[in-house]
Amino acid sequence: MIREVYITETNCITPLGFDVESNVESILRGDSGIQLHNDISLMPNSFYASIISNEKINSAFEKISTETKYSRLEKMMILALEPTIKNSGVELNSKTAFILSTTKGNITALKDYSGDNFNNAYLDVLAQNVANFFKFQTQPIVVSNACVSGILAVSVAKRMIQSELYDNIFVVAGDEVSEFVLSGFNSFQAMSELPCKPYSKNRTGVSLGEATAAVLLSAEAKNAKIKVIGDSSINDANHISGPSRTGEGLFRSIQNALKEAQIDPDKLDFISAHGTATPFNDEMEAIALNRLGLQNVPINSLKGFYGHTLGASGLLETVIAIESVNQNMLFESKGFDEIGVSESINVIEKNEERNIDYFLKTASGFGGCNTAVVFEKMKH
Amino acid sequence: MTQKTHIQSYITIQNNEIVLNGTSVFKIDSTDFSDFSKQAYRNFDIQYPKFFKMDALSKLAFLGSELLLSPITSDEKENNIALVLANKSSSLDTDVKYQESISDKENYFPSPAVFVYTLPNICLGEISIRHQLKSENSFFIFDAFNTEFLFNYSGILLNTNKADTVLCGWVEFFNDSYKAFLCTISKEENTKYKNENINTLYNK
Repeated sequence: MIREVYITETNCITPLGFDVESNVESILRGDSGIQLHNDISLMPNSFYASIISNEKINSAFEKISTETKYSRLEKMMILALEPTIKNSGVELNSKTAFILSTTKGNITALKDYSGDNFNNAYLDVLAQNVANFFKFQTQPIVVSNACVSGILAVSVAKRMIQSELYDNIFVVAGDEVSEFVLSGFNSFQAMSELPCKPYSKNRTGVSLGEATAAVLLSAEAKNAKIKVIGDSSINDANHISGPSRTGEGLFRSIQNALKEAQIDPDKLDFISAHGTATPFNDEMEAIALNRLGLQNVPINSLKGFYGHTLGASGLLETVIAIESVNQNMLFESKGFDEIGVSESINVIEKNEERNIDYFLKTASGFGGCNTAVVFEKMKH
Repeated sequence: MTQKTHIQSYITIQNNEIVLNGTSVFKIDSTDFSDFSKQAYRNFDIQYPKFFKMDALSKLAFLGSELLLSPITSDEKENNIALVLANKSSSLDTDVKYQESISDKENYFPSPAVFVYTLPNICLGEISIRHQLKSENSFFIFDAFNTEFLFNYSGILLNTNKADTVLCGWVEFFNDSYKAFLCTISKEENTKYKNENINTLYNK
């Protein structure tokens, strides 16, 4: 009997709030973190992005530590993890692992890359800095797999707990809005001139965002918020900077995850999708979902609230989706107006009460990567 | 049921030399990686022009996987070979180059062809495309080669039937300093490397 794996603690740090409760309140009100910014240190022209104010990060961090050596992203990650570790009461011993997932980590350290500062750009150094704050006993594991990093980390953690290597795994995911990433997406002409509009006819690209999220995966069902029942991460083997036209990798990832979960596609009550609002990504998702007969399942992208938070997005969106399940509420796919993908999907236009027994989380990214994870509501 | 897994083949690339299953198969005198990788490509008569567009990390991972995977993959069948790679420097070698292209506002030339390689997992995409591997893949970062994790994680993929074979290992590249160690692992018996493990082979 393979052991079961649960998520027992969640948290997130975003422009909409520094805990899950305030984030859900903002989503229910329809607030978005995406705003117009004029900051020439980030972009020569004005741009829309979802950015957390430095004062908010610093004042929240001062409440838990007087240390000044941490980078902005490290503070955001520590703030996400701190209550999950404290509330869980889990001992940080040899059976407790720590996974950090990120796309670019402390990439801002490259801006002034002299000596010590450059060292912070190494992802293992970032992970060790965060691990040392909490005194984890095990070596940190870093997952860096482009924009699926955050949800892939959940999948990796689930597999490691199933194999009994660990009993508990804290996962943190985080990325910042930086000049590096803004200029890169801009060079791909992938940035939206207005706040992003996932799955819409007039979508023109992403709005970038920043956030951190943290969860505890555990073999212990006590206080569980959700059960993780199937997962898969299959590459498209098609193109390094664009998704497969047939959605092959995503299709197979979802198919495998459902098979492991031992549920039929029609059991899914909700899909928390990737929905970056680039023309190709959203189209690819619609095709993959139709191939699986999932076109009628209510679906949202939270990018209209948070922008694309890169490696953080998969975990942040999982944390919010877990609230959907436990509050019996489907959240709107903000920014959506008229369907703009060639095959129909059931985009959630308004917040709606609904019982959710099973949901699917998906993500896709550069390098042709895809991840799908299936979750089951706890029966109380 | 947890079944024992076995190393099938392994390859090391460092110091301008490629060693396959313990035998040196290509070596040239002192040169830089750019030249070494080009000469290796020609030596093995690889026909894949996309190779020349790759960044150094992808070239390194590509060359290693080429010699391990070409004999065991074919276009006629599905190849369920998972990719589990790790390193210390992520894509920093290309990250630094990209950062230089945006640092000077008078000379601001961000290039999408460079930006796409500022992700360590791009090399997994390159290998997947080359060998048509629609399979599990993940990239990890550690401060040093982490045998235990890579072997354990590969074992999980094999024992949960998420993969038939796993190509796992270390591909590190920064500032022309590099080392690749890759091996294929599966449940199939193989007595060749019975008394050795990834760590002893890595340090050979």
